[in-house]
Amino acid sequence: MRKVCVAGVGMTKFGRSQKSSIEMFAEAAMEAIVGSSIKPADIQCLYFGNVYGDLEEGQTVMAPYAAREIGLSAGTPSLRFEGACASASVAIRDAFIAVAGGFYDLVLAGGTERELAMGTPLATRAFEMASEAYYEGYAGITFPGVFAMLARLYSKKYGVPLPKLKERMAMVAVKNHKNGAKNPLAQFRNEITVEEVLDGPMIAEPLQLLDCCPFTDGAAAIVITTEEKAKKMVKKPVYIRGVGQGSGAPLYRQKDFTLIESRVAAAKTAYAMAGIEPKDVDVVEIHDCFTIAEIVASECLGLFDFGTASEAVEKGETRIGGRIPINPSGGLKSKGHPIGATGAAQSYEIVKQLRGEFVERGTQVEGAKIGLTDTLGGDSATLVNIIYGIKG
Amino acid sequence: MVTYKLPHKEFFAALKEGKLLGLRCNDCGAYTCPPKINCNECASMNMEVVELKGKGEIKTFTVMRIAPEGFESWVPYIVALVQLEEGPNLVGNIIGVDPDKVTDDIIGKKIVVGWQPPPPDLRFCGPIGKDGKIQPGGIAMTFSLV
Repeated sequence: MRKVCVAGVGMTKFGRSQKSSIEMFAEAAMEAIVGSSIKPADIQCLYFGNVYGDLEEGQTVMAPYAAREIGLSAGTPSLRFEGACASASVAIRDAFIAVAGGFYDLVLAGGTERELAMGTPLATRAFEMASEAYYEGYAGITFPGVFAMLARLYSKKYGVPLPKLKERMAMVAVKNHKNGAKNPLAQFRNEITVEEVLDGPMIAEPLQLLDCCPFTDGAAAIVITTEEKAKKMVKKPVYIRGVGQGSGAPLYRQKDFTLIESRVAAAKTAYAMAGIEPKDVDVVEIHDCFTIAEIVASECLGLFDFGTASEAVEKGETRIGGRIPINPSGGLKSKGHPIGATGAAQSYEIVKQLRGEFVERGTQVEGAKIGLTDTLGGDSATLVNIIYGIKG
Repeated sequence: MVTYKLPHKEFFAALKEGKLLGLRCNDCGAYTCPPKINCNECASMNMEVVELKGKGEIKTFTVMRIAPEGFESWVPYIVALVQLEEGPNLVGNIIGVDPDKVTDDIIGKKIVVGWQPPPPDLRFCGPIGKDGKIQPGGIAMTFSLV
């Protein structure tokens, strides 16, 4: 297996966009291509994440149109990857495999999504489609609903009273907004308080509005290549050290949803490939679609013992400057969550963290050498973990 | 040729008649419900269709205040995860309990499984029938307190 690196990275401003999904992707892709000191024609394949293009814009088969939009040749394959909210991370992992295995030397991976085109009722329904449709969907379940049920399971299992857990969940939102406020590409750049979270409208009890990530438009892309090429393309290539992907069963088949089995398995694979342990990770972008989701994920990734992560949030261990900073970008909560692009945006953040580019922004994790992305699609159906490092 | 022993259509047809069907594994004894092609525990296809007791207990729940498109008329409504006496979990709606008054005390309470039709005019859930309307491919499971 060859060593694989990320060269250039690109990302649009997240939020409400008047641009089409392809226009947004083109901006992110060209930033990544220009940042790699290559031309579009050098790209050998496009690995493209998108989920609801049909419902959002009446557009399916978006990958080839995106490929030709940015000037890839007629002979360049383009593939759409759909893993719900983890789509772009699925694309990045497969791009890694193709380059590591020697089939391609230069692949563009990323994704795009224009959720706000749907409006809240349809977007809520569209997201619900990532739950199992026959035996869950007819109950009118939503993702806030799934994670609301998780919060109660967690509270009961670990004996953290729900009011205490909710306060700590609110602290996750407060932390991520504090980081996002410094990120010019984030959707929400306002700081919030625990009181504001706890005073917010109820969405799915016990989750309130500010426990939930928003609907978002945006795109992100990264150029994935060999170590040899990357060293010629950029000053600071970042290595992809390990990847893992798991498949989760529908919610009703999970014996204990607080131990998200697809995540535990994916993380184990990624850590083993990278030859590291959770304690070696310096910075993490976690799939905080809901505040409780960040707490549970950080335990499944081995960053905290099971049942202790909410207390760690309260102690500030996940802040920038804490023991293990989580979501310095602002996370899905503040930065936004355009699901076809989210994984690539997480990778954008980690790559730049490892290059030390966020000092001026004030969100640099000092001396970060190893970073981890964690992306979840569906109830936990598609789970991808990617480990990046400044050394191979 | 492999034949699916209990497709969703037959599962829902039985549920509408008051029977909760599942599959019992002749190799490991585990129950699988809702159905799938092989045993949820050991992946054996040596299973038989059996009627389950339709009883279980509530493990967790939520009250939905913001609904997906099509479910607005239900708001507020309760979604819950229950564990059947035979072992498997189900997701469905708790009915007969006021969503505005439900508390955590409901966790652990015994329930019986039933069903309710999907809300009218729900899109993206099945084929178009001869009347031009969507024919939903399923129904929601419901849980009533014993």
